[in-house]
Amino acid sequence: MDKTEKLLEVSGLRVTFKTHGGEVNAVRDVSFTLNKGETLAIVGESGCGKSVTAKSIMRLVPEYIGKIAAGSIMFKGKDLVALSEKEMRELRGKEISMIFQDAMTSLNPTISIGEQIMEGIIRHQKVSRSEARRQAIEILTLVGIANPESRLKQYLHQFSGGMRQRIMIAIALVCRPSILIADEPTTALDVTIQAQIIDLFKSIQQKTGVSIIIITHDLGVVAKIADRVNVMYAGKVVESGPVRDIFYNPQHPYTKGLLASMPRLDADRSVPLSPIPGTPPDLFAPPPGCAFAARCNYALEVCRNHQPAETSVHGKHSVACWLQDPRAKKVLAVMQAPTGT
Amino acid sequence: MERKKLVQVKNLTKTFTLGKGLSLKAACDVSFDIYEGETFGLVGESGCGKSTTGRTIIGLYQPTFGEVLFDGINVHKASASERSQITRNIQMIFQDPYASLNPRMNIAEIIGEGLHLNGLYKGKERMKRVIELLEMVGLQKEHANRFPHEFSGGQRQRIGIARALAVNPKFVIADEPISALDVSVQAQVVNLMKNLQREQNLTYLFIAHDLAMVKHISDRIGVMYLGNMVEMSTSEKLYESPKHPYTQALLSAIPVPDPDLEKSRERKIIEGDVPSPINPPSGCVFRTRCPVAKAVCAEKKPVWQEVDTDHFAACHLYQ
Repeated sequence: MDKTEKLLEVSGLRVTFKTHGGEVNAVRDVSFTLNKGETLAIVGESGCGKSVTAKSIMRLVPEYIGKIAAGSIMFKGKDLVALSEKEMRELRGKEISMIFQDAMTSLNPTISIGEQIMEGIIRHQKVSRSEARRQAIEILTLVGIANPESRLKQYLHQFSGGMRQRIMIAIALVCRPSILIADEPTTALDVTIQAQIIDLFKSIQQKTGVSIIIITHDLGVVAKIADRVNVMYAGKVVESGPVRDIFYNPQHPYTKGLLASMPRLDADRSVPLSPIPGTPPDLFAPPPGCAFAARCNYALEVCRNHQPAETSVHGKHSVACWLQDPRAKKVLAVMQAPTGT
Repeated sequence: MERKKLVQVKNLTKTFTLGKGLSLKAACDVSFDIYEGETFGLVGESGCGKSTTGRTIIGLYQPTFGEVLFDGINVHKASASERSQITRNIQMIFQDPYASLNPRMNIAEIIGEGLHLNGLYKGKERMKRVIELLEMVGLQKEHANRFPHEFSGGQRQRIGIARALAVNPKFVIADEPISALDVSVQAQVVNLMKNLQREQNLTYLFIAHDLAMVKHISDRIGVMYLGNMVEMSTSEKLYESPKHPYTQALLSAIPVPDPDLEKSRERKIIEGDVPSPINPPSGCVFRTRCPVAKAVCAEKKPVWQEVDTDHFAACHLYQ
């Protein structure tokens, strides 16, 4: 499939939250695109803004505390940021769907799963109940649930964790949206079930051509499923590019650090892990320069006071780091040499 | 040199009664030894009984059957004086660094509580010891008067480690100590645990579901499924030549952070879900999901036996 047609374009997105402690800058000037039929992974540690970015696309940032302070999210010629809530409701579930980490708290335990699947179909397609029921059965079969007719009448507690996740995927996909956003969809699952769900994502994408944005902190999952990767740190995209470039030629010290700190099954046990020292910065008062500078082994004077610009490494691979500046060549050479991924 | 068995778990069975005549066998005939100074890893998916096993070893649960010997003393039948020795020598680190620290106590009180209960380091010595422990786990003495909410997850886990080590234990049970932490912080905590082990000759029982991390930290690993130990060996052997089909599937299900390898790798994906432990399958508990199950697997429970040097498994393939 041609994966170059632009479907979604986020530019200059800034999201802030009001709290008792002051204003938090959860997402700071994030820009990226999503192409038709591709899987984009957004990775980063807790608090890096990956979920808030996804929720902003769905316009699910709670308005009484949070707001999209700047930027645009272009989808099919419309700016999602400017749409009214009513227009947004027409879009959610029909054009863009989202699934969450924990199905047990995301779905309603007192309504049968059939009703929950049919709700979206009836709302968006204005079809009869029997037609909605037919579609619900079809989608349950697609996500791999046996005996869909009898399962429709059941409630959430009658399903296992992996099955619940399949049901959430069914609800999200039933109106054939063009974008599926999955926020940590496998984090709560055991590895054997996680493997089943990842395979399900892949087969669904092949069958329906849906574009997927997957948010995760697990680089193993990213390697398995993603075409392109955005690495986020402290509310910013620090590196982005095709999955192979990110894993085999990481440029940002944070991306390198993340990859090095993960234990690998095929690694020698006697070599200690190389963690990233310290903890992420306080987003109440983000540092004026690069947010990673305080934890970075290669930080220069300029890193602490000035934001690095986004520079292209090669093709679609780009990184926001001062080490890419021609004046930092020496440091870059030192950094590339010993790690050698 | 014959290594000393610090902990011996013999035929441990723990059944929880659920009412209505139902019972749940959380751990079923589990046996293993932990040698002094080593790290024994216990892995398995949720509900496999790994935490129950850990909690029974430390004496939080009474076993339904079987026994646990610590340094030759039965943990569950110890006399009062033996009991106080055991509680000092076995300590625990918990999964959730948010729930396992009392929010109303400051760090000095949290770390010093064990010292107080055991009547160790009295008077001014106690604060000195607390500061020593804080520095040992990579925190500073200024932190002693702060409260848990002022710390990040990784720092809290360091506090939990300092608390466990305050009374100079020999044996530490770590129940999913890193699964609530971010990747880069996980590595910090694991390196800290390994360094402390070397410095203080600690013995660890490391319980986790992340096989890559367990392999990194453990000398030997036991794999559990639905209350049963299915395989046990050194971590290298277990990774290089897993014998039990469940271990093979588990290893194959873990995604590796390497896109090319992920695309080329052949995977054994096992179908279905873990059956209910209230009504486990007859014979081998894994047979309902096992790709190579035979008729005999439903009839007879496989015997736990040595299939290779220092490599044990319970599977009909090897009987």
